[in-house]
Amino acid sequence: MARVSAGVYTSHVPALGAAMDHGKTAEPPWAPIFAGYEFSRRWMAGHVPDVILLVYNDHANAFGLDLVPTFALGTAARYEPADEGWGARAVPSVMGHPELAAHIAQHCILEDFDLTLVNRMDVDHGLTVPLSLLFGAQLAWPCPVIPLAVNVIQYPVPSGRRCLALGRAIGRAIGSFGPDLNVQVWGTGGMSHQLSGQRAGLINAAFDHDFMDRLIDRPEELAQMSHVELVREAGSEGIELVMWLIARGAMDCALPTVAHRFYHVPASNTAVGHLILEAD
Amino acid sequence: MDAPDFSDIPGTVIFDAVRARQGYALNRFCMSLMQADNRLRFKADEQTYLDQWPMSPEQKQAVLARDMNRCLELGGNVFFLVKIAATDGISVQQMVAGMVGMSAQAYRDMMMQGGRPIQGNRSLSEWSR
Repeated sequence: MARVSAGVYTSHVPALGAAMDHGKTAEPPWAPIFAGYEFSRRWMAGHVPDVILLVYNDHANAFGLDLVPTFALGTAARYEPADEGWGARAVPSVMGHPELAAHIAQHCILEDFDLTLVNRMDVDHGLTVPLSLLFGAQLAWPCPVIPLAVNVIQYPVPSGRRCLALGRAIGRAIGSFGPDLNVQVWGTGGMSHQLSGQRAGLINAAFDHDFMDRLIDRPEELAQMSHVELVREAGSEGIELVMWLIARGAMDCALPTVAHRFYHVPASNTAVGHLILEAD
Repeated sequence: MDAPDFSDIPGTVIFDAVRARQGYALNRFCMSLMQADNRLRFKADEQTYLDQWPMSPEQKQAVLARDMNRCLELGGNVFFLVKIAATDGISVQQMVAGMVGMSAQAYRDMMMQGGRPIQGNRSLSEWSR
């Protein structure tokens, strides 16, 4: 049977993608951030899974306002990096895993999670920056990736409660897939940041540290947090943190091992948070 | 269930379905700038390019003036508007700095020193003092 072996959590700041693409990772202000991912790249080299399910949000690239799916699961065999306005990142195409994706869709929809299924979309920095952070520059990504795009842009966005519950359903789906696959589930976005309005530039490090603490062994508490509290404390784009709860829910483990933890302010407008949690 | 009340959070715009309706054409125009040839056409003649979209005169004027706060008021969303910044060759950070009325350097300095603090920025009651 397939199994979720680890969860990786990371911010997906587009400026980090640009820093990697333009060879600036050793320069200030980027160097301390990439130093925080050096362990992660070594860890990944020894823990390449068979498949990654990557929870992220699209930023008006695959989905505009014509269609606003709350949870969109990629069932395609291949996805191309999006041109977000600066030209597409020069990173490899992303290979999907249609069989496992179809199984997750089958399981979750019949468990009453009404996923939208996507057979064609481009993937933006929300998905490709985490891959670059963890794998570095590659000619081809080392494993297939199943995208799960979450609407966190147009309200109402899904509650933390719903996200944790969906994650748990995804974990059960993966655990009931016949082939013996090693699966990682990644949660991306966050941490505290706000990109518009007169409060833009907001960072709340105390909130972010507490969120990471509780994500490890008390995700149920985080799932009860209201949108108002999340936006008030973590900023309007800090709402992305609900996606970390999907990934955490998918790992059926009350007390995971913390393989790595990193936090840094700032990356451009954003606080960078990063955790690697290993299941028992 | 009623929509949650975000109104006590200062300086923060919540982009909901009503705003999405108001800004639909403006945001669609922004998404058109994801194609390189559209970016060239827009840069060659902004007014003519904007006139292809069923945007209000106020929305077009706000785009021409690069008044991003006005664009937000008129239903724009930052993840769409950032494509205008991309077309202009400016960074997200520069665009955000402009929206809060700071120079790029002053905004960058604020971020390097830990960002805008949460203390004093949680509630409208703190802003009115």
